[in-house]
Amino acid sequence: MSQHIKLKKGFDINLAGKPNNLVAETSLSETYAIKPTDFSGIIRPKVAVREGDTVKAGTPLLFDKKMNEVMYCAPVSGEVVEIVRGEKRKLLEIKILADKEIEYEKFKEYSTSEISSVGRDEVQEIMLKSGVWPQIIQRPFGIVANPQDTPKAIFISTFDTSPLAPDYDLLLKNQSSFFDAGIEVLKKFTTGKVHLGINAAAEISPIFTNAKEVQIDKFSGPHPAGNVGVHIHHVDPINKGDLIWTIDPYGVAQIGKLFLNGVYDAAKIIALTGSEVKEPQYYKTYLGACIDKFVDGNIKQEHVRYISGNVLTGEKIKKNGYLGFYHHQITVIPEGDQYEFLGWLKPTADKLSFHRALGLLSFLNPKKEFVLDTNLMGEERAFVQTGIFEKVTPMDILPEYLIKAIMAEDYDDMEALGIYEVIEEDLALCEFIDVSKHEIQSILREGINLIKATT
Amino acid sequence: MKALRDILDKQKPLFEKGGKFEKYYYLFEANETFLFTPNETTHAKGTQVRDAINLKRLMITVVIAMIPALLFGIYNVGHTHFLATGQDATLGDKVLLGLEVVLPVVLVAYAAGGLVEVVFSLIRRHPINEGFLVTGMLIPLILPPTIPLWQVALAAIFAVVIAKEVFGGTGMNVLNVAMTARAFLYFAYPSDMSGDVWYYLGDEKYADGFTGATALGLAAETNLVEGTQEVTSTLAATNAGLFDFWNMFVGFIPGSIGETSTLMALVGAVILIATGVGSWKIIVSVFAGALGMGYLLTLAGANDFMMMPAHYHWVMGGLAFGAVFMATDPVSAAHTESGKWVYGALIGVITVIIRVLNPAYPEGIMLAVLFMNVFAPLIDHLVVQSNKKRRLQRATV
Repeated sequence: MSQHIKLKKGFDINLAGKPNNLVAETSLSETYAIKPTDFSGIIRPKVAVREGDTVKAGTPLLFDKKMNEVMYCAPVSGEVVEIVRGEKRKLLEIKILADKEIEYEKFKEYSTSEISSVGRDEVQEIMLKSGVWPQIIQRPFGIVANPQDTPKAIFISTFDTSPLAPDYDLLLKNQSSFFDAGIEVLKKFTTGKVHLGINAAAEISPIFTNAKEVQIDKFSGPHPAGNVGVHIHHVDPINKGDLIWTIDPYGVAQIGKLFLNGVYDAAKIIALTGSEVKEPQYYKTYLGACIDKFVDGNIKQEHVRYISGNVLTGEKIKKNGYLGFYHHQITVIPEGDQYEFLGWLKPTADKLSFHRALGLLSFLNPKKEFVLDTNLMGEERAFVQTGIFEKVTPMDILPEYLIKAIMAEDYDDMEALGIYEVIEEDLALCEFIDVSKHEIQSILREGINLIKATT
Repeated sequence: MKALRDILDKQKPLFEKGGKFEKYYYLFEANETFLFTPNETTHAKGTQVRDAINLKRLMITVVIAMIPALLFGIYNVGHTHFLATGQDATLGDKVLLGLEVVLPVVLVAYAAGGLVEVVFSLIRRHPINEGFLVTGMLIPLILPPTIPLWQVALAAIFAVVIAKEVFGGTGMNVLNVAMTARAFLYFAYPSDMSGDVWYYLGDEKYADGFTGATALGLAAETNLVEGTQEVTSTLAATNAGLFDFWNMFVGFIPGSIGETSTLMALVGAVILIATGVGSWKIIVSVFAGALGMGYLLTLAGANDFMMMPAHYHWVMGGLAFGAVFMATDPVSAAHTESGKWVYGALIGVITVIIRVLNPAYPEGIMLAVLFMNVFAPLIDHLVVQSNKKRRLQRATV
């Protein structure tokens, strides 16, 4: 049944600050926020609440006027304390001051057997209004799935190979029944298969083996072997016109819980990681939590960057910023805004490099855990070096040509070179190793937006 | 270092937008980033950490890889001078004379090309590119030791302007910049680039019976005279075994300043390949292409030059230097990995064809590299098309 796909290309960024396998108790954050900027597909966000309104967990906070069935809901109950807007009144955050005891919007409860027998329309309606729907991502483009569509398959990656990534086994502890129920629900949406991408290198967690009638695909290799885009490319690639949905295991469990317990439960376990964290470990919290409670007194020094997510695809946030919708991880690393005398010439074994050019000695010590700061390590220059992006992209794709097609706004070439198959995370390593310091991920997003506008 | 940093910080506002010397920002930037890696950090979105590599480090690696060839070239200019004039000399004499000849060429190439680079960066408002660190070194190494300095300057200026800046600067050029410089001189001033130019004589004359020809020149010449001996014998007999295979391999022979030693080119190749800066695929395939073509010609065997054992092509002329330092220029070479095999192999093949079958040009690597530079985008196009085709086929299955 299951196939084992061995990937050779890629690169593991081995950082200091891996989380201990320990879920710590800490006082819960006081505020939580939903950030429309976390969803690249939202075109015209419309706020459904006002400052001062009280909401329950699962009360709609906002929706997209272009796809108004999908509700983005409050992760906790409480009072809407602030609606933050930026330049040109761009909606940035909807903040909620949480109640001590979370109250939930009530949705219909189902038994396991009922879940298997109800139809798509019924489950879809509940999913759309309860707040779990945005967990489902559509490929191509990496946007929230459109409920009108039927994808040819659904892909779930059960492991994360990115730097300091949390362990899904731990994130989903005791959630096995919810996960199975979530899979049952998801099966209704596709005419094809539900695929579980499993890490072939590790012991398979029982959480993922119980799921019935799913296609198991095993993957091994360096990062990005855990990326769902890589799995899709090797198992059931996306061609023009194809639609695939992806969802992470947390989202699957959340859907299962919605139907078994009748609530939108946004509780999650997150990992606090990075070289500047005193005690890197896991914490219980809710989606969109303010990170101040985790980092206060737990950071080694002041001059640091707080990142929601991992160092490859995450986003810089403030010390009292909020966890991104899809993130299960906070990374804290040193800010690198210092000059370095002859920094381009000095031999160094302390800075990580995929390359071996003069004086870059990190390859001699592959086991070492590196402390990396946010310095750009050089200047932006024209593309010079060739053939290196392919070495970290385990797909039959020519990233250099794809990026150049995007820069030239050549729609035919973007399409022919596989823009439907990748989103930012899949080319994040190209950005990391780029000699000329381009912003590959944001270039790719521009290209995706161009192509999306034509469909 | 703090003091130096303070000076720069104090001057910086003058060069930034709105400052007095705003126009010269990129000149300031070039100097500043040379002294200090900038304090710029990654953006709020996207990759939060970056690899320690940058273009300066990449380029300096290539410069380091060329140093063995340069040092050997300095020695060899002196060595061949005393050999040709029939004098005994110590190592020190040879090196001193070599320095006297080579250093001015290097300095002029850097100064002239660098000046153009700066002027263009100021006019076109683009950063001064580190690529010139390499080009400025490559140009002297592929010129004969007797080259007049004004020609070095002219060639460097021509190459930087015509081969690079008109296309938009580093990264956009079609032709290898250093090879363009050489080709310019070759066609504009042929008398200074061919014939009796390979020994630096100064005011002195050849010793009695000494011939100033190069191995390739001799090979081509032998070929024209009916009923003579094999090429290898001619080579070995000239100037008391000067063109013996191993002598040519090590490089104690006349030629352009840095290209005579196959051994030193190979040392450079080891550095480039070990650091991953140069493509091993290109280097290997150039050598393989030359050997393969040389072997095919021995099979045809229509004349003495064709009959020359194929491996001689590796050590004669500039093939090794060109394969290691010219063909591997990432911008003008094929960009795709499978394209690199084809690109390199064809350079090897064409080099040998020009050498053996075209009596007008004794050396072929320069034209072969330039020719394949022009064809590299075509090779890449075919590779990219096949990638696209695979994607399309998948869709219709």
